[in-house]
Amino acid sequence: MQIEELSALEVSFNQLIDTLLVKKAESEQFTVRLSSERSQFTRFNNAKVRQTGYVADGLIELTLMANQRSSFRQFSWTGNWDADWQLAYNSLQEMRYELTLLPIDSYLVLPSGNKTSREVNYGNLLPAEAVVSSVLELVSELDFTGIYAGGVVVKAYGDSNGQKHWFATDSFTLDYSLFSTSEQAVKGTFAGSDWDGSAYTAKISEAKKQLELLSRPAKELSRGNYRTYFAPAAVADLLVMLSWGGVSEADIQQGNSALAALARQEKQLSTVFSLKENFQQGLVPRFNELGEMAAPEIIVIEKGYLVTSLVNSRTAKEYNKVANGANASETLRAPEVCPGNLVFEQILPSLDTGLYVSNLHYLNWSDRQTGRITGMTRYACFWVENGEIIAPIENLRFDESLYRFWGENLVDLTTFQEFIPEVGTYDGRQLGGSLVPGMLVNDFTYTL
Amino acid sequence: MFSELKKAIANFDIPANWIGIRAVKETSTTRFVRDSVPQVNGKSFTVGAMLEVLVDGSLGYAATNSLELSSLQAAVQIAYKQALAASQWWIHPFQESERPKVVGEYSSQFLKPFDALSPGEINDLLIRICQKLKVDDKIVQTTASVSTTDRETWFVSSNDSQVYQKILSIATHYGVTAQDGTNVQQRSNNGGHANCYQGGLELLNPDDLWCGVQQVGEQVLELLTAEECPTTRTNLVLAPDQMMLQIHESVGHPLEIDRILGDERNYAGGSFVSKSDFGKLVYGSPLMNITFDPTVSGEFASYGFDDTGAAATREYLIKEGVLQRGLGSLESQARAGVQGVACARACSWNRPAIDRMANLNLEPGNATFDQIIAGIEHGVYMESNRSWSIDDRRYKFQFGCEYAKLIENGKITKTLRNPNYRATTPEFWHSLIQIGDASSWQMYGTPYCGKGEPNQAISVGHGSPVCQFANVEVFGGGS
Repeated sequence: MQIEELSALEVSFNQLIDTLLVKKAESEQFTVRLSSERSQFTRFNNAKVRQTGYVADGLIELTLMANQRSSFRQFSWTGNWDADWQLAYNSLQEMRYELTLLPIDSYLVLPSGNKTSREVNYGNLLPAEAVVSSVLELVSELDFTGIYAGGVVVKAYGDSNGQKHWFATDSFTLDYSLFSTSEQAVKGTFAGSDWDGSAYTAKISEAKKQLELLSRPAKELSRGNYRTYFAPAAVADLLVMLSWGGVSEADIQQGNSALAALARQEKQLSTVFSLKENFQQGLVPRFNELGEMAAPEIIVIEKGYLVTSLVNSRTAKEYNKVANGANASETLRAPEVCPGNLVFEQILPSLDTGLYVSNLHYLNWSDRQTGRITGMTRYACFWVENGEIIAPIENLRFDESLYRFWGENLVDLTTFQEFIPEVGTYDGRQLGGSLVPGMLVNDFTYTL
Repeated sequence: MFSELKKAIANFDIPANWIGIRAVKETSTTRFVRDSVPQVNGKSFTVGAMLEVLVDGSLGYAATNSLELSSLQAAVQIAYKQALAASQWWIHPFQESERPKVVGEYSSQFLKPFDALSPGEINDLLIRICQKLKVDDKIVQTTASVSTTDRETWFVSSNDSQVYQKILSIATHYGVTAQDGTNVQQRSNNGGHANCYQGGLELLNPDDLWCGVQQVGEQVLELLTAEECPTTRTNLVLAPDQMMLQIHESVGHPLEIDRILGDERNYAGGSFVSKSDFGKLVYGSPLMNITFDPTVSGEFASYGFDDTGAAATREYLIKEGVLQRGLGSLESQARAGVQGVACARACSWNRPAIDRMANLNLEPGNATFDQIIAGIEHGVYMESNRSWSIDDRRYKFQFGCEYAKLIENGKITKTLRNPNYRATTPEFWHSLIQIGDASSWQMYGTPYCGKGEPNQAISVGHGSPVCQFANVEVFGGGS
């Protein structure tokens, strides 16, 4: 999206809010959310192009509230005012009628407050016609697979109470794998707002070194418990589970959370483990679906104790809690696991003999109430003996409780952290990522 | 719509070998009630077009959420430039034969239109379900939801294709959580969002609705006092609502030819199956017959044509245990040189089509459910998926269920909680020793099959009878 298009979209979004303010009845309140993107998606396999294209998308979600009832409508938003307003107006009329039919929502939260914000981050992305050659020339001799996704993403909010937020950012992610002839692979991500060709070259050079290690014959391990070092990308995968039946206050209250035992203080995690929401990097909007701004930093777990769950205003109303700007699903948006004391050079000596796990795959709760997670090792995982990498491993299934690996069995976290970018593209390009250290764990359970 | 799209193609001024437009209009509603309080009521409407351009073997695409002629013209120019930019790096020289001319239409069968009940009436029904689910004070949460989708697709191309499809689908769900101290258990109708079908509101209120609601409420209380599933190797009997997941993860995904070709290795993964396995690999026991069948009336992923226009037909993927063909579109078939099916599908107008499994069904055998149970000295019977995980080659898996029963001396006895099982795909399918007859065959589906870069969640349907597997590792939760 060009700057002029972005400006036109903002004008049209503001016009929508202004017009809705005129059209709304006195008893009505509304919120409006915009998600829009102009994205280049180029998919690679074997250092060739599998699919390449461009997606121009935009969606408004208009929620109408009156008489303790609410309904929403989502519809396309193109920036063509006449066509877009027709959809918006039809939606408004339809919802007005629907609200008369719906039951009372006891926990409905109306928009309040008067905060406004505007943040536009311009980048220096690759032109569409340069993406393929810029990515592939460097890896043409390798088995390179993955996707480049880049462009402008807009998230905006406005409501009948006068709150308004506009967040637009240029960004790209290159999410790739380099495969060896024995089907072992190195995983990498390269992301940002400015394409830096020399940084990309450095990333690929580093990956090539790892690829050499993977060329050794793979070691098949039997099931059992192994001391394990999890690199930051693997820690980020484990952390994602806390957004699915973990840190949500609603989930804790409704019996859906693996952290219920932590919340009840029946269990605690290691004093080495601390988790916070840190919005200070500015990679994701701080405002939620009601225009509420989260604090720049929210301590969730400190030295093994739950300080606060994520609480949105609806949950707060239902359970008489204090809201902390959480989103509707009470998921982590800018998570950071605090670093520990394990320096980079001591990772392998401290591991001594065990597994070096770079990445994990396909995690799920196997018993949510006891915090047990199952999943697979994947990409660049090694057997280590006496502090030396011996061989890549055949992938192993694990089944282990977070109360063990972030609790009694957590040896230490690394002194350094890595930013693991969010590369998901369901319903549109996701923003942000996790800032996490690596971690060393005793006695991790592998089952198959 | 057809005339506008055809006019657009006629007006495009680019030197392409082939141009296609797939326009999609989709309206979906979501209504969700928790503990008798409405949580979500709303409607989503999306419209847009995917334009594809073939230039000297190179395909490019552009998707726009505006169907104005000027937007389509701008999009086709972008798609053309995309194809050109990739022309020196294309993975396969695509041909017009992978986009053959096709003319036809398909519509879902239904009895009651989606406006046969008002939003208020639907909410009333969901509230009544929540009330009926709460059979005891130990039930701490009740939920009920219904989602409907009405999707129309128009596909036209420069070689005179013209396909119209209208798909009506509905997904219903209800579930409960019960708690006794620190013991928390959940139960639902057939697992997470498994009741997904094509049809109208006649599917919202089936004859056995209230019996099912009562049973779910009672079974969650059973689970509170049940024993943990034992850790052992034994006979495992799986209900059709768990077989759905088993078929999906350990047969459907490994047979996708784009995975076998390596397209998905960076995201969803590859496959333990190779191109040379087709026609030869003994995938499972001789009782195993799996069909790809988008022609089943009412099943969730039925259609007449895939999203590149290929006509859909019923095909055996596995016959008497032997792998016959893969889940590969015309593009994948051309690249891999193996037989496939009409399975190029996209989640909406804003994503390109990739290989997808549609309806994948395990054909019934000859044994009744009672006959299967009667023949088992010791075993575990499991229903309704609650946990799923499988490796990137679709080889080592671990699945969990909501509800289980112990089988002792030919009879179903105690209820078991937190039942799980794990195995490898070939070992598991070779251990299939009894397969239920048509009386136990049921079909389910899910709208959440995730795959692709960029990511796409798509609907799939799966039908199966009850099945018995020998000597499977089962275990419970805890610690």
